[in-house]
Amino acid sequence: MSGMDGHELSAADTASAVGAGTLSATDVCTAALERAMAGADLNAYITLASDGDVRAMAGAAPRGLLHGVPVAVKDNIATTALSTSCGSKILQGWVSPYEATAVAKLHAAGAVIIGKTNMDEFAMGSSTENSAYGPTLNPLDHARVPGGSSGGSAAAVAAGHCRISFGSETGGSVRQPAAFCGIVGVKPTYGRVSRFGLVAFASSLDHIGVFGRSVDDAALGLQVIAGHDPHDATSVDTPVDVYRDQAGQSLIGLVVGVPTEYFPATLDPQIRARCDRALDRLRQLGAEVRPVSLPHTDLAIPVYYILAPAEASSNLARFDGVRYGPRAPADDLREMYEQTRSVGFGPEVTRRIILGTYVLSQGHYDAYYRKAMLVREKITEDFARVFASGVHVLFTPTTPSPAFGFGTRSDPIEMYLSDIFTATANLAGVPAMSQPIGLVDGMPVGGQLLAAHFREADMFRAAFALEGALGSEALT
Amino acid sequence: MAVSDADVLHVAALARVGVPLERLPAMVRELNGILEHMAVLESVDVSSVAADARPAMPRRDDQVAPVLLARPLADFAPAPRDGFLLVPRLSTHSQLGATEGDE
Repeated sequence: MSGMDGHELSAADTASAVGAGTLSATDVCTAALERAMAGADLNAYITLASDGDVRAMAGAAPRGLLHGVPVAVKDNIATTALSTSCGSKILQGWVSPYEATAVAKLHAAGAVIIGKTNMDEFAMGSSTENSAYGPTLNPLDHARVPGGSSGGSAAAVAAGHCRISFGSETGGSVRQPAAFCGIVGVKPTYGRVSRFGLVAFASSLDHIGVFGRSVDDAALGLQVIAGHDPHDATSVDTPVDVYRDQAGQSLIGLVVGVPTEYFPATLDPQIRARCDRALDRLRQLGAEVRPVSLPHTDLAIPVYYILAPAEASSNLARFDGVRYGPRAPADDLREMYEQTRSVGFGPEVTRRIILGTYVLSQGHYDAYYRKAMLVREKITEDFARVFASGVHVLFTPTTPSPAFGFGTRSDPIEMYLSDIFTATANLAGVPAMSQPIGLVDGMPVGGQLLAAHFREADMFRAAFALEGALGSEALT
Repeated sequence: MAVSDADVLHVAALARVGVPLERLPAMVRELNGILEHMAVLESVDVSSVAADARPAMPRRDDQVAPVLLARPLADFAPAPRDGFLLVPRLSTHSQLGATEGDE
């Protein structure tokens, strides 16, 4: 035992030790809260739980998979004990009257939520610079972004506040910050985890995802929140594998596809080298590595940035000062709507609402929205064809670069291209995860594994093996 | 198809968000940049995608519409003022010290 607060233990070992009585849930969780408070300069949280609330929750934590394990939750996932602002002024201080299904499952498993994490406003961003509550710093280099939109959740794990945290993904908002912060990030299949209580950004693309210090932590976190939920019509009632059972499984017989479109000639040669090393390790473990093609990959960003703003413009229409948050003074009702939304939303959210309204408007619907919906089908077909050919998992870089500096991506398109390797999985709904595969210029980069719908177990099988094979190489 | 100042202001009105005039040129420039990036979709052949793969949604007219109410305002709010509705002060407010009859 490394200490009285289980800081260095995996989440599973912490839960076991708490269950066995060798660790106190209260000690573990209050120590996590103290680390979070001591790391306040990172601005990883919008709201931290009080010491008293953490003690009360830890003292009453039920015996489950996360018995006495501290976790952090992104501020767009509804909790009744802490506010849910979505990183926006328009929801400042708003407390949900109900909790998300994922949060209810965490409580039932014995987890203790120590805080709600910072994020790009309404999850629109790739750097957490778009938060109304200030940017989150990358724990590994405070001059660089932690990624986004779930940057606070990634920073909380990377800084060692907790071993597991939860975020959301619409185009890569878990995997990209996981890669930038040197941790594991998982986006499950669309429908695997209930979105009930996740404040909607783009409903056909939104997922709840998991950050873990290790593959094992992430697997455990996903295990707890996965499963059917009648409150979410898009939740799918299909068996959930035991992801941690994939640890130690042989890779003999596993077919790893390497899509050529994710390794363009312009790819940073250092990132290519880290990917090549990871693929070598997979081969050495017995996996068959073969090139494949996903020919519509380069269309993912244009499609994504039509569909996501279109859905956002509809979903965010409800935030008008009538039912939620502060209300701006005005002389009439329409002006009150406009004033409230203009003051309440930041520049990126406003830009995307206007873009989304434009592509849905009658004169442009067919040229943009309808066309993007059809091209989305082509992207989905690409994945279906490759997985039907006998490929179990795909391997790609997670991002085209390591974490970038604050203020260096002022052009929207340049920022949007941060998601170029991740948005496809959201469009197709397939599971995907990022894990550390090495350093570039002293900063971590991620390798991405993707699998067929509801085949998260295949992804974890490769991820556990790769993590073990790379070992300390992931830090070089 | 380039977006103009008038397009942005029209769409902003539909979306019920204000665009400050000093922000308008940058917004127009950014949106045109984004839409230019999306133009690549025009040339994609989608003839193999089944027409009903993603059914189209019914569309509304692109007009700023009046705020719709289930019943006429006069039915339930005989004293509107400046777009807001005057209602009797709640008894709980009176108990906090407000004068009876205050609006």
